[in-house]
Amino acid sequence: MATQHSRSAARLMMAPAVILLLGWMLVPLTMTLYFSFKKYLPLRGGDLGWVGFDNYVRFVTSSAFWPSIYATLIIVGGVLVITVTLGVLLALLLDRPMWGQGIVRILVIAPFFVMPTVSALVWKNMFMDPINGLFAHLWKFFGAEPVQWMSQASLPSIIMIVSWQWLPFATLILLTAIQSLDGEQLEASEMDGAPPLKRFWFIILPHMSRAITVVILIQTIFLLAVFAEIFVTTGGAFGTKTLSYLIFQRVLESQNIGLGSAGGVYAIILANIIAIFLMRIVGKNLDN
Amino acid sequence: MARAVTTRRKAINTALAWAIGLLIFFPILWTILTSFKTEGQAIADPPIFLFFDWTLENYAIVQERSDYMRYLVNSIIIALGSTALGIVIAVPAAWSMAFVPSKRTKDILMWMLSTKMLPAVGVLYPIYLLFIKMGLLDSRMGLVVVLMLINLPIIVWMLYTYFKEIPGEILEAARMDGATLKEEIIYILTPMAVPGIASTLLLNVILAWNEAFWTLNLTAAKAAPLTAFIASYSSPEGLFYAKLSAASTMAIAPILILGWFSQKQLVRGLTFGAVK
Repeated sequence: MATQHSRSAARLMMAPAVILLLGWMLVPLTMTLYFSFKKYLPLRGGDLGWVGFDNYVRFVTSSAFWPSIYATLIIVGGVLVITVTLGVLLALLLDRPMWGQGIVRILVIAPFFVMPTVSALVWKNMFMDPINGLFAHLWKFFGAEPVQWMSQASLPSIIMIVSWQWLPFATLILLTAIQSLDGEQLEASEMDGAPPLKRFWFIILPHMSRAITVVILIQTIFLLAVFAEIFVTTGGAFGTKTLSYLIFQRVLESQNIGLGSAGGVYAIILANIIAIFLMRIVGKNLDN
Repeated sequence: MARAVTTRRKAINTALAWAIGLLIFFPILWTILTSFKTEGQAIADPPIFLFFDWTLENYAIVQERSDYMRYLVNSIIIALGSTALGIVIAVPAAWSMAFVPSKRTKDILMWMLSTKMLPAVGVLYPIYLLFIKMGLLDSRMGLVVVLMLINLPIIVWMLYTYFKEIPGEILEAARMDGATLKEEIIYILTPMAVPGIASTLLLNVILAWNEAFWTLNLTAAKAAPLTAFIASYSSPEGLFYAKLSAASTMAIAPILILGWFSQKQLVRGLTFGAVK
């Protein structure tokens, strides 16, 4: 049993981490809230006073807002569909007996360790460049006209790059989940004559459902914040300006702090809605 | 029970898995290969896969022109510094939560996790402003602190789940045998905790190395790490594929190697213990 003495020692040991994170959360958050109610233009007059909810209204009524929501939804949705679908299939494949399983695993996971600026630039230049990219060579080989990826198919291009980065994450987690499946249950169903598709649908998929939910929630949080991949490829042009990128531009490029901060508050609220679901799952797990 | 698998089936699985694995790995392989080509060969039509004149000149040029070493040193300092600082702060916290849990332990853990969900862009300007005010803009110190803070929840969580697995009975047994608190920590707890701490360290070095929001927005020239160095290739002049590849290869190689060691811990760390 923990004594009174060890309890206060424990509190002391926790204090630095708790205080630091509390500061890290509260100070910037308070400042963002404060700025969001001000007309604040550091390069054009500075603090021009309180404006109430003006920034919040202007942020959502600006012509860039709805396109940014659209781009965000398409990117997040597209990447989720691709990574989860392919991740499930790939995890099922990697779970089967084969030669060189360890090496294949390493090959599949590798993209996750590539820094975002590298993967974005390599894809943009060496694969998607309309003149010298590998895709252009491939298209020409089959007699097709090379695609201007970054300008004509900007959203699919970004989805492709980001999916490549996140597929390893989904695969790895789903594979971990499959491997914890009870082999006897599968064997029993096999003996009862259940065809593979039925086995997948009624036994494997339900077993993976929690892992799939976790993958979706965690990826959503990271995908809402995709930045470097857009920064070094299109710079927000050609309809790739996501909500995060729009806020970044308002804040650092046009230095309209009030407007950007209001956008930031929206982004925080959005992320929190998703976070609540994720935390519920994680919290349940903590009780066991 | 392992199920009987025919050799033919196994061969099909192997072929399919290797084909897909190589396809996924191909962009990395292509980058590494291109880094050894001349600029002319890098854009040759049709592309040359293996039979080109292997050269190391791109690596020399990248270092010479852009002072690659400085970015590398910045990356190393920022990744290792933020991780080390994070571990020092997180170990006592995770330790006390795992061994002296109270009613509020779970709430504190969940709250820590929630700080990780805060979108960076939402607090970009406040941090930027604070950095200017404190003279931390474009400083390694500033980045070490910020990256430590964004990864602290993951570090605490990972350590907590590892510490939780250390059985409490072993401590009681040691105590019965007359071990002092100091002996207990040195001879029993530390050896059992080292693997968990090492995995946590590894994963966080990787996360800090690849972090590309704060490192791009809070640095200019002095403290810029490799993420920013590579980003400078986004508006290139002339032929640059081979040089971009050489720079990229150098930027990702250390982490690819570290990453292969940490694949198991990756799952635990990135799902906050929700999937083990």
